[in-house]
Amino acid sequence: MSSNKNTPLGQRNLESMHNYATPLGRRILELVRNYAVPIMFIIICAVCIPLSGFSTSYLLNEIITRMGRNIFLILSLLIPIMSGMGLNFGMTLGAMAGQIALIFVTDWQIWGIPGVVLAMILSVPLSALLGLMCGKLMNMAKGREMILGYMMNYFVGGLYQLVVLYFMASIIPIKHASIRLPRGFGIRTTVNLTNMRQCLDNELAIFYNGVKIPVLNFIIIAVLCLFIVWFRRTKLGQDMRAVGQDMDVAQAAGINVDRTRIISIIISTVFAGFGQIIYLQNIGNFPTYTAHSQIGMFCIAALLVGGASVEKASIGNVFLGVILFHTMFIVAPKAGVAITGDAMIGEYFRVFVSYGVITMALIMYEIKKRRARSQGGELLALAQKEGGAAS
Amino acid sequence: MSKSEQLQQTRFGQLVNTYGLPRLIITGFLIFLFIMAPITGSDLATQITNVINRFSWNAVLVLAMVPMIHSGCGLNFGIPLGVLSGLLGGTLAIEMGFTGPMSFVMAIVVSTPFAILFGGGYGALLNRIKGGEMMVATYVGFSSVSFMCIMWLMIPYKNPSIVMAYTGVGLRSMFALDSFYANVLSKLFEIDLNPWGINLVIPTGSLLFFALLAFLMWAFLHTKTGTAMTAVGSNPTFAKASGINVDRIRLLSVILSTWLGAIGIIVYQQGFGFVQLYTAPQNMTMPAVAAVLIGGASVNKASISNVIIGTLLFQGLVTMTPTVITALIHTDVSEVIRIIVSNGMVVYALTRKTEGLK
Repeated sequence: MSSNKNTPLGQRNLESMHNYATPLGRRILELVRNYAVPIMFIIICAVCIPLSGFSTSYLLNEIITRMGRNIFLILSLLIPIMSGMGLNFGMTLGAMAGQIALIFVTDWQIWGIPGVVLAMILSVPLSALLGLMCGKLMNMAKGREMILGYMMNYFVGGLYQLVVLYFMASIIPIKHASIRLPRGFGIRTTVNLTNMRQCLDNELAIFYNGVKIPVLNFIIIAVLCLFIVWFRRTKLGQDMRAVGQDMDVAQAAGINVDRTRIISIIISTVFAGFGQIIYLQNIGNFPTYTAHSQIGMFCIAALLVGGASVEKASIGNVFLGVILFHTMFIVAPKAGVAITGDAMIGEYFRVFVSYGVITMALIMYEIKKRRARSQGGELLALAQKEGGAAS
Repeated sequence: MSKSEQLQQTRFGQLVNTYGLPRLIITGFLIFLFIMAPITGSDLATQITNVINRFSWNAVLVLAMVPMIHSGCGLNFGIPLGVLSGLLGGTLAIEMGFTGPMSFVMAIVVSTPFAILFGGGYGALLNRIKGGEMMVATYVGFSSVSFMCIMWLMIPYKNPSIVMAYTGVGLRSMFALDSFYANVLSKLFEIDLNPWGINLVIPTGSLLFFALLAFLMWAFLHTKTGTAMTAVGSNPTFAKASGINVDRIRLLSVILSTWLGAIGIIVYQQGFGFVQLYTAPQNMTMPAVAAVLIGGASVNKASISNVIIGTLLFQGLVTMTPTVITALIHTDVSEVIRIIVSNGMVVYALTRKTEGLK
């Protein structure tokens, strides 16, 4: 044990010691524990799919469509997790910026792919500004980033309502009466994107046995994945990982911690804005005042279902999560009818499961954080005792 | 240098420091509303009646925030758990066939074991995740509310006045309490000035009930256990060193908070006159959290006066803005103002530096 004295006292060291000592049976148990949520979801899906009675091609088509429209949004969560800021509940801010951009593009009647691209460009300054604000506030509330981001949703949601419902067409010019409320100012409760509907999905789409594969969407997603992989290796990405490991150590190593954290939130918010635009062009219209409200919750739940945790998430988690979570989402209402005879129960069940998954992930993260802290303390005490005995 | 700077600080600056800028703005805005009310043509007495009424509905729910803040568990975003036990108590009391004032008493009695059970489980959970209570509490609230959504459909309630009209299975999403405990407190010793031509009605019973609970809470905080609770909240390490069982005290505070939440929703229902089920309990959290923060509480410090001032300010804002601002600018922005103020207040409180946490 004395060889242990000079090695750094870290989580990794502990884990490697742990792995050598455990027999195979316990290691499988460990594996099951680490992937408890995905395994549970695979079981739920395996039970519900036959009960729902959907055909395979219908299910496949639905899942691929949902993958195309959701993955970009979920990928935007990865960078804040890397920099140790937890699940970015503030991604909704980006979604709101995306929606405001879409309202303008709709008013200017720029349709199709040019419209989508213009909306994305327009959303960048707005998302960046909101991200900057969110990041600055998060730096003032270190250790409480998640709850702060969560509250920012509602706060900025209020500002969004103020701007869209009262300022648009009264202060901010909106030309077309078709998207204004009858009273003259404010935007109608639904913004129609009919001429933009699925323009990304249909471009380069491939049909195979009745399953539509939106190739362009997947190309965009692949580009973002590549960007994330590349970004992790850049100087900034390395800084973010260092900040995520330990803020004090990173500060001591000369990294500007606050700035790095703000940048990571800004990147996440901007991507969330793009993601929301991709999502809404697939749906084809959006409820102006509620489209953003649930997006954060569903994206985070999907990411966690894929086996991610608050401090660790990979691109693989995103893909697995989307497939499992949305399969559950598609089949739960029908399976609920088959089991209980009441459609509402299935409906409530899927909401319960998405909330429950987030709750469990948060609890597991907090318990693990506490255990790591006390283990670190024990190890330190042990090292000190040994050091004392040697001298 | 710093001393001369301090001397240069204006009296206004000092006021801002002691009273808090957001609180000052809200108080100023409310005073402005009260001044504008007669000018815009709305009756001041009616406005005051509304504010007092809303205060009497909500005050107990806001009071439920105090024990958990005191013991350092942060803002109780898990108040839906208390609300759910209150709803269970209320619906079961009605199901058992109680009517009138008796149903109110029985609602509290029946909800108590649920509150202790839920609060106990919730408190034990929070003891395992010290430091991350608020985020977990939010989601514990959400998942329990959505779980109970399933339960409201599955529990075999039979009373025809509360189950769904056609199928007879599952509770209605909203039902009136007219023949049960609607207004049982507010009609007690009610002071009504309408015969003298002033539209001022004071629900004395509700106010007294709140005063009783607030006094009990104040007295409790000055007992030995209550002092221990404050110690745990302000410095857990010190409390542990002086022989206080930190986990037990925290558990107690969570149970107390949950129980007060249960009573709070029953009092709210008796004033409002309706019971709202399914996703409605989620909407009870933000007004209560925002009110106690507006009253001057921080994430780990709260007093009874914070509760009273906060509830008056917040409910005043909520009731006055629709009438006064609408009359002024002919547009109803009250909902947006409410959202911005209540959530902005929480964001502000979270970014303040607090000692004793961690």
